[in-house]
Formats: sequence, structure tokens, C-alpha cells
Amino acid sequence: MTAEPIYGLLAEFDNPTDLVHAAKAAYGAGYRKMDAYTPYPLEEAAEAIGVHHNRVPLITLVGAMLGMIGGYSLEYWVSAIAYPINAGGKPFHSWPSFIPVTFECAVLGAALAAVFGMMALNGLPQPYHPVFNAPNFTSASRDKFFLCIEAQDPNFSVVSTKQFLQNYRPQLVSEVPY
Amino acid sequence: MALNDQVDQLPPKGIRPPIIGPGQTLGTATDRIAGIVLTKHTPIFWFAVVAVSVGIFGILNTAIAYLLGRGTGIWGINIPVGWGFAIVNFVWWIGIGHAGTLISAILLLFKQSWRTSINRFAEAMTIFAVMQAGLFPLVHTGRPWLAAYWLFPIPNTMGVWPQFRSPLIWDVFAVSTYFTVSFLFWGIGLIPDFATLRDSAKTLVVRRIYGMLAMGWRGSARHWNRYETAYMLLAGLATPLVLSVHSVVSLDFASSIVPGWHTTFFPPYFVAGAIFSGFAMVLILAIPFRALYGMQDYITLRHLQNCAKVMLATGMIVAYAYVLEMFMGWYSNDRYELAMVHNRLHGPYSGYYFMLVLCNIIIPQSLWFNKVRSSPLALFLVACVVQCGMWLERFVIVVMSLQRDFLPSSWGMYWFTKWDIATLLGTMGFFTLLFFLFIRFMPAISIFEIRTLLPQSKVKE
Repeated sequence: MTAEPIYGLLAEFDNPTDLVHAAKAAYGAGYRKMDAYTPYPLEEAAEAIGVHHNRVPLITLVGAMLGMIGGYSLEYWVSAIAYPINAGGKPFHSWPSFIPVTFECAVLGAALAAVFGMMALNGLPQPYHPVFNAPNFTSASRDKFFLCIEAQDPNFSVVSTKQFLQNYRPQLVSEVPY
Repeated sequence: MALNDQVDQLPPKGIRPPIIGPGQTLGTATDRIAGIVLTKHTPIFWFAVVAVSVGIFGILNTAIAYLLGRGTGIWGINIPVGWGFAIVNFVWWIGIGHAGTLISAILLLFKQSWRTSINRFAEAMTIFAVMQAGLFPLVHTGRPWLAAYWLFPIPNTMGVWPQFRSPLIWDVFAVSTYFTVSFLFWGIGLIPDFATLRDSAKTLVVRRIYGMLAMGWRGSARHWNRYETAYMLLAGLATPLVLSVHSVVSLDFASSIVPGWHTTFFPPYFVAGAIFSGFAMVLILAIPFRALYGMQDYITLRHLQNCAKVMLATGMIVAYAYVLEMFMGWYSNDRYELAMVHNRLHGPYSGYYFMLVLCNIIIPQSLWFNKVRSSPLALFLVACVVQCGMWLERFVIVVMSLQRDFLPSSWGMYWFTKWDIATLLGTMGFFTLLFFLFIRFMPAISIFEIRTLLPQSKVKE
């Protein structure tokens, strides 16, 4: 046991089945401050650590609404208030011809909100994260699967959590320094 | 360049080739695709292609510099044909872009897992093609530095704004939104792969560069959860968007009263044509890429066959549209529409029309045969023919309708100049340059999505 504070304990698995098995068990044992690291999106891993819903769809909807309202208001204001021009006898507020731009603005707002909302919720860009200090963590973007139980979890103890993780056939359990 | 490889062994009749070659693991797939980027030995052909395309890019710069100095008079455009090559090329390039979004968004929503090997470079193709497309209307204005006032909602010194009732302004919004959304889609797809490159990099500089691009991605399950949601939402947004873009482009024509343009079926006809030419471009890029980089395990015959089938289907829609154009001319019983049909078949540009029929309708019928669909070389040639055909289609639409409108006294001819050719050729060089820089410095196949196709990536109960 080290005297230095650590970020958590990281267990390495060489297949997704073992990872999901261990993650489910850890969740069942009451651990909540934990995360799984996988080289590709693994729905089962997110489910196992208790991640189900996120707020990206809501943010996207807000972005779409803002884009839609912004696009239409701009067209209305320009065509009917700022500089009304009689084009082919059409009314100044000729709403059917405002629809294409409104649609494009809604899609633009939604797409920007989806991407930047996702990045913001994920806390990216993030230049430093302690989990990168762990040995062999570069394989998390290649072919290995990791489960990290963080030291902030009330149930965490270096000794007993390590023993707990050892039960689930990890290839390695290591302490993650800050 | 060995286009027709021995590697492409056709499986027995009735069995389709696999989506991914046998014997791949998470590690080998990663190393193989990342290896193209991280290798110390850049292949000779890469330098050769880049050198040639830089030369052609130089021609583009010369053509544009001369255009800015002398004005659009150096092109063949005049009254009555004021649109000429610039708009032909604009529509052609933007159409090519469409397959990228179709593959990355629509096929994702339909859970077509074969899209995975080709979506990344098809998206890159979209972005680079839209860049070429955007260039044409911009330089067609003659004074692109003032174009912001004409294109974007910025009032000029007189307080006049762009006309929002005009499809040309809809086009600005459609194309710029399309570019932005395609770029975002491509960009977020690249983040996890940049993380892979960061972690596989052997030198510090390379690790730092890809590290910055990866923005600290660490593959956390919480991140993946939001990432997948955002990815699916973008796909859902891009689907109506891609259909809207070429529809809006077609409205540039269809909302006018010019004979041959004034038709309601233009939007679906244009979208089908766009997908037709886009898949042809996917094949033109994929076939040399897989041969040169030995990627036959990832871009298999199955991908080529499926692209060919999409081309066949959309080609048939396009053929139907040609027939319908003729039918509507006759059925309208309008003398100007009838004159337009007559002009297509017997006018001064009828040779272009018959070449178009040959390239877009007759030659693509060879795709009915499995032998053609399974031969990379044959597919490559058919795709090149289709690309020419789709360019001719836009030429026929733009030039042949403007050239002879209602009054014979205002009829005229359109002769393109060497500067028209130089600009078109130049954009091809610019496109090739961008594409080859992309395959050298970014993973051309989506690594993290390829991993999900492998049997070992699945959780066993």
C-alpha cells in the first residue's frame, strides 16, 4: 500500500465479456464511482456501470429550436421590416419561401449542439487525465478492456477492492497514480 | 497499378463475399489501418500522385488568378448562356459529395454494417467535393471578395439584404449547412481513431500531434454512451439534409420558367443523379486505394458489389427521369417544351445528349452482370464512364436550355474556352491532392467501427 493518494484501481481484461462480467459485479457490490474503457463503443459496458441515458438529445433539440427560430426570424425581419422589397407581387411575409432556409438553420443548430454538447458533457478537450498514467493503458484504444474503480468511491479500499477485482480474471490490476 | 488483383477470389455461387477478410483480430485490424498513417516509408506512388496533383492544383490557381485579373469574360459565358461550366461543375461536384453522407448516415440508420469500411473516406470525399463545388459559384461572381454581401445575410452599404425568396440564397444555406454537418460528422468519427494513432505513435512529435487532435479521448464508457447518441442524432439529421441539398440545387433550375428547367420532378431526379455519381466516385477512389495499399481484407468485393448495385438502382431512376423529360415535353403540348425536346435530339448539342444516354443509361446496364460487379477493373471503368455521363447531364441541362429560350432572335451558342477546361481540370487536381493528403495523414478506414465488426468484439453471455 502506497502513501501517495491514488486515482483508483485499474483492471485490465483481454475480452469484452470479462469486462462486462466484472463491471456488473462491481456495480452489484455497491461501487458507483467507476468507469470502463473500451476500444470501441460497447453498450453492455455502459449498461453494466449504470449509464443509461444522457442529455445529448435534449441539447440537440434545443439547438434545433434555436436554429429554426433564428433562421425564420432573420428572414422575416430582413424581408418584412429591415428592407421590404416587392418581389413578383409576393407578400413581404411570404412564409412558404422562408421554409428551406428555416429547415437548414434548424439542422445546422441541431448538429452543432449535438457535437459540442457531447464534447462539453464529456469534458473534452481534456489534456490530462490520471488514467493515462496506468501501465499499458495505451491498449485501451487498441484491443484491451479496462475497468477503473475510483478512489473517491465510499466503498473503495486499496486492499479489498484489489482483491475484489482479482476475482474476475483480469490480466493485471494496477494502481493509477495522479 | 494492379487494379485487378489475384486476392479477389470469388466465393462459390450463392455465397456472398464477406464484409471483412478472415483471420482479423482487434490488434491486427488496428495495426493494419493505423500503419498506413504511422509508417516511416511513404510509398513512391503517393509522392508521384501528390506531385502530379500539386501541378494540376497550380493550373487551378493560375486559372483563378487570371480570372480575377481579367473577369469572367475569359470563360465562354455570355448572353444567353450565362451559367456555363461554372454551374455545370458546381452541380457535378456537389452531386459527387452526396454518396458520402448517404453511406455514413442513411446506411448507418438502416444498420448496413458493410458501410463501415468505406464510410470514412466517403465522408472525406464529400467534404473535398463540396469544397470544389463551392469554389465555382464563388469565382463565378467575378469578385469573390464581395461575395459575402451577395451570399450571406449581411447588408451592403445601401442596407440591401439578400433575397430570401430566391432559391439561390436557399442554396447558400443548404450547401454551407451541408458542408458544416458533413465536417462535424467526419470530425467526431475521427476522434477515437486519433486516440488510437496517439497511442500507437512511435515518436513524441507524432504522439503530440495526434494527441491534440484526439482531445484527450480515452474510450470511457460514459463518453462512448454520449458519443453514440450524438453520432446517431447526426446521422438522423444528415439524412433529410442530404436529400434537401440537391433538391434545393435543383430548385435553382426548376423555379425558373426556362423550358427544360421548369419541371416538378427535378428534386428527386437530381438526388438520384447525385447518388449515382457519388457512388461512382466512391468506386473510383476505393478501387485504386484498396489495390495500392493492399486493403482487400477491409474493402472487399462485397463493398464493390454493393456500390455497383446502388449505382444500378439510381442509374435506373436517372434513366426514368430522362424518359419522363421527353414524355413531359410531348405531354405538355407546349411549343417551347416541344422545341426543347427537338433541340435535345436534333440541335447543335445533340451529340452531348446522345453521349449522355450512352454513358448514363446504356453502359451502366452492364452492372446487371455479376461478372462485371465482381471485377474491380470493370467497375472502375464503368464508374469513370458514369462520371463523364453525369457531367454531360448537367451540361445538357444548363447549356441546352439556356441556349435556346422563347425568342429565336435571342438564341445563341456557347463555346467553352481553355480557361473553362483549366478550372475544371484544376479542381480535379485539388480534389486528388486533398484526398491523398487525407489517406496519408488520417485513418482512411474507420478503425473503431471496423473493430465492432469482428466476432471477438461481441460480449458472450
